[in-house]
Amino acid sequence: MDIIEHYLYTKEHEWIDIDGKIGTVGITDYAQSALGDITYVELPTDGTDVEQFEQLTSIESVKSASDIFSPISGKIEEVNEELREDPALINRDCYEKGWIARILISDDDETSNLLTADEYRSYLESLDRNDPGESSDE
Amino acid sequence: MNPYIPNTEQDVASMLATIGVSSIEDLFVDIAPRHAPVSFDLPPGLSEYEVMRRFTALAGKNSQGLVPFIGGGYYDHYVPAACPALISRGEFFTAYTPYQPECSQGTLQALFEFQSMICTLTGMDVANASLYEGGTALYEAMMMAIRITGRRRVVIDGGVSPIYRKIIKSYTHNLDFEFVESPVAHGQADVAALSRLIDQSTAAVILQNPNFFGAIDDHAAIADLAHSAGALLIESVYPISLGLLKTPGAMGADIVTGEGQSLGLPLSFGGPYLGFIAARRKYIRQLPGRIVGQTIDTEGRRCFVNTLQAREQHIRREKATSNICTNVALCAVQAAIFMSLIGKNGLVRMAQLNLDKAEFARQEIGRIPGVEVKRSAPVFNEFAVCLPKDAGDVAEAMIAHGFAAGFPLGRYYPGMERYLLVAVTEKRSREEIEAYARALKTVLES
Amino acid sequence: MDLIFEQSVTSRQGFGLPISDVPVKASLPSRYLRETPADLPEVSELDVVRHYTRLSQLNFSVDANFYPLGSCTMKYNPRFTERVAGMPGFSDLHPLLPQLKGGERYVQGALEVLFESERWLCEIAGMKAFTLQPLAGAHGELTGVMLMAAYHKAKGNRKKFIIIPDSAHGTNPASAAIAGYDIVSVPSDRNGVMDIEKLAEVLTPECAGLMMTSPDTHGVFNSRIDEISRMVHAVDGIMYYDGANLNAILGRCRPGDLGFDVVHINLHKTFATPHGGGGPGAGPVGVSARLEPFLPVSRVVRCSDGTYALNYNYPDSIGYVASFYGAFGIVIRAYAYMLMLGGDGLKQTSAHAVLNANYLRSRLKEAYYLPFDRVCMHECLFSASRQAQRGVHAIDIAKFLIDRKIHPPTVYFPLTVKEAVMIEPTETESKATMDGFVDVMLEADRLSRIDPSSFKSLPRTMPISRPDEVKAARELKVNYFSGESKA
Repeated sequence: MDIIEHYLYTKEHEWIDIDGKIGTVGITDYAQSALGDITYVELPTDGTDVEQFEQLTSIESVKSASDIFSPISGKIEEVNEELREDPALINRDCYEKGWIARILISDDDETSNLLTADEYRSYLESLDRNDPGESSDE
Repeated sequence: MNPYIPNTEQDVASMLATIGVSSIEDLFVDIAPRHAPVSFDLPPGLSEYEVMRRFTALAGKNSQGLVPFIGGGYYDHYVPAACPALISRGEFFTAYTPYQPECSQGTLQALFEFQSMICTLTGMDVANASLYEGGTALYEAMMMAIRITGRRRVVIDGGVSPIYRKIIKSYTHNLDFEFVESPVAHGQADVAALSRLIDQSTAAVILQNPNFFGAIDDHAAIADLAHSAGALLIESVYPISLGLLKTPGAMGADIVTGEGQSLGLPLSFGGPYLGFIAARRKYIRQLPGRIVGQTIDTEGRRCFVNTLQAREQHIRREKATSNICTNVALCAVQAAIFMSLIGKNGLVRMAQLNLDKAEFARQEIGRIPGVEVKRSAPVFNEFAVCLPKDAGDVAEAMIAHGFAAGFPLGRYYPGMERYLLVAVTEKRSREEIEAYARALKTVLES
Repeated sequence: MDLIFEQSVTSRQGFGLPISDVPVKASLPSRYLRETPADLPEVSELDVVRHYTRLSQLNFSVDANFYPLGSCTMKYNPRFTERVAGMPGFSDLHPLLPQLKGGERYVQGALEVLFESERWLCEIAGMKAFTLQPLAGAHGELTGVMLMAAYHKAKGNRKKFIIIPDSAHGTNPASAAIAGYDIVSVPSDRNGVMDIEKLAEVLTPECAGLMMTSPDTHGVFNSRIDEISRMVHAVDGIMYYDGANLNAILGRCRPGDLGFDVVHINLHKTFATPHGGGGPGAGPVGVSARLEPFLPVSRVVRCSDGTYALNYNYPDSIGYVASFYGAFGIVIRAYAYMLMLGGDGLKQTSAHAVLNANYLRSRLKEAYYLPFDRVCMHECLFSASRQAQRGVHAIDIAKFLIDRKIHPPTVYFPLTVKEAVMIEPTETESKATMDGFVDVMLEADRLSRIDPSSFKSLPRTMPISRPDEVKAARELKVNYFSGESKA
């Protein structure tokens, strides 16, 4: 799974790339791979306020629909209009062209609630270990 | 005794040995003796022949042979023999929801055809694969409008079926919605009253065409009123009338629903019936229930699948657009077969026959002294007449003459006790209509 | 296959209409008329018969195939019930007839069918009263939750949420949410039943009720069900029984005796009415005495003179949940089925449904992983996790079965088990049919070891191979007459 070193992450598999007061938000490689072929992104409305870890939007694939949570509180400055026509952008390039929204951050301190790349990497490993599926019988 | 259990005693013994228990009862270990039924007092089973005899007797207790002039949204249209014959094929009859598209293309393609027919009939862009019936379909349309607009006020015209309005009220009784009813004026929707009731908090305006009194109208002006307030227009329609009438799509409706019983389904004492819903393309994601979409297989061949399933309850659970799981697929296929048989020109001719016969009946009934036929609005195949006596009493007396004479409007509209709603389909012959008028005259004179 | 529209030939007719016998030709002002006729097909009757016959042949069905679709109870649908429903005395009956003054006299046979069906269902489920109005299982659920809400409102209870186990059908939380409640989910314990300690943690006075399927979708009957009822009743919560799996317990126990206050029954599952490719179904709802006042109207009553009538006079009723008296044509089939089987036949039904499921469980458990390795009820829940490790997933095994003309079990449900394969054979299948199914399942397992990649191109013998569902969802062509649409 790809992880970008200088991004921050949530346990719900969203990422945020912070540049000054603006955070660009998307979903991680793990999330897009788990969702499979994305068929629809319900884009949030720009200008609205979001709270950290509250629902930002939702993403649909053929047989699943996932809520996407905001990694940070703030006002939505811009949404990625390209996803309207081409939701698969997230599958192809989840960390760059497949961004979902840019948020004007209202509270910098909230970044302490997020995971660093290393922390997220260990979190993913812990998920694999706790997989409730039966271990190999071979 | 259950005649449909094939396993013999030998089979059972061998299966129990494989499982490793000594009796079937051992498999019910989790149901403790304290869970045993307090009572299970049911008679022993019967043979097929005995059951048939009992139902023949029961059917005989229902009136048969009454000539129906009763409608109210449910009509005595002819059902071509090919409809039930095709629908009885086990491959349609005993299949389930097409979860596995490779072994259910029959149901999927038939439902895609049904959706397409509903679209062309109503003048809309998209339709789903059916809902339970006309009344619950209207409720789903209303909920759809509430989701789309984020508003909670709904304006319903008094000409919408009172049965449908009762359903909507039951479902939303516990929820925070505001309902406003707009009374009809001279049999039609009252545009002036509606324009006062539609405001910036209105999610939808709900109309019916023809309305419950049988009156037809063009709701384009009301559609404009609704749209200028940011509200949606929902139309409930009677499919046979769309052989002739202006489509809700052409009037500017956003969501269209209706009862599809008239499309080749028997009256069957209230069901199973067929709800349908169609909408403008931009609202497809808010359309409830199953939707069949076209795609291709790995070799590029056209095929069909259930699509947009991510909106549905089996994936979205409490966030689903609706709790609907199955629809009435078989009834939808039956309607598709009916629409194929009747065809493009056939539907126009059938609608014209309904129109002609209803007009003839209006004239015949209108000649009876003391009877006033309402002519303030044009009608399709159903119309209200004002009688010199209580319409309920008259309808009761007409049964003795062999007629289900119509529906007394006083039951749902206080103050209209002398009004009878009379429906005339293509099946009513000139002789039946003339005999009806004679019987009505006799009843009114007595 | 061509669509019916593509077979259309201008002016061809499929159905002859009579020439008008009335001396009137009516016309309407043009502003009320459509500009062009609907583009219905122009085909002959033979075209229609052949088209829909051929379409039907593309389906698997209980009549032609073993159909062990878990939680759907795809049992044989007796043919004679179709003849019953089609008797003109029933099929031609107008639903508004009994609403005429004295009109009930003309529908006594139909009302008796409704009354007696309710009586049978009351005895089977141990409930005080039934309504036949709900038109499907999910519709029954919504009705049941509305009854719950009406009860709490009448008592002045402030209730906020409904508890639902994580193994429940998706309709449960969807129905509860539509009726205005929040959902609290409770996980299953290692035996596959709802974790009673976790239940105790979330059970507060704001709980409106608990919705349960028993046996649940893991195929397990919760033996502590009476204890759970007492816990929920202690906070004045309502116990809701989802009857999807009633086939397992017919004559063995009754939801009413176990403390359930509301029950919905899927007539198209337990009572053998046809599934029709996805409906029409029927979802009657039964209630205990404390919920009876709230039942929908109309209700069928038997008068002192032995005649039947419709009564609308229940001031606390939640009102109409459907236009009429339920899916009459389905109810009458279920009633015919109940009469045919009788009490003994119904009890035999659950015996053989459970026997058959346990037989499959025993035969398949060497090859397939059993997440809950214990006696099951009417269905057994496997996981294809072992095969998945070889690259063969539940969906691949499903496609393998399709090539062998067997309808696949339910896959990927319940959500609580990865690679779920849920098998419900029903009582109407023979040991020989099930042995044939086992052979195919074991063959799939062997092939998953030898040649896992071969599954990806399955099915090979059907009119189509795997469809591109992503394309379908992205392009959304749902109407022949309009192009692909971005919504």
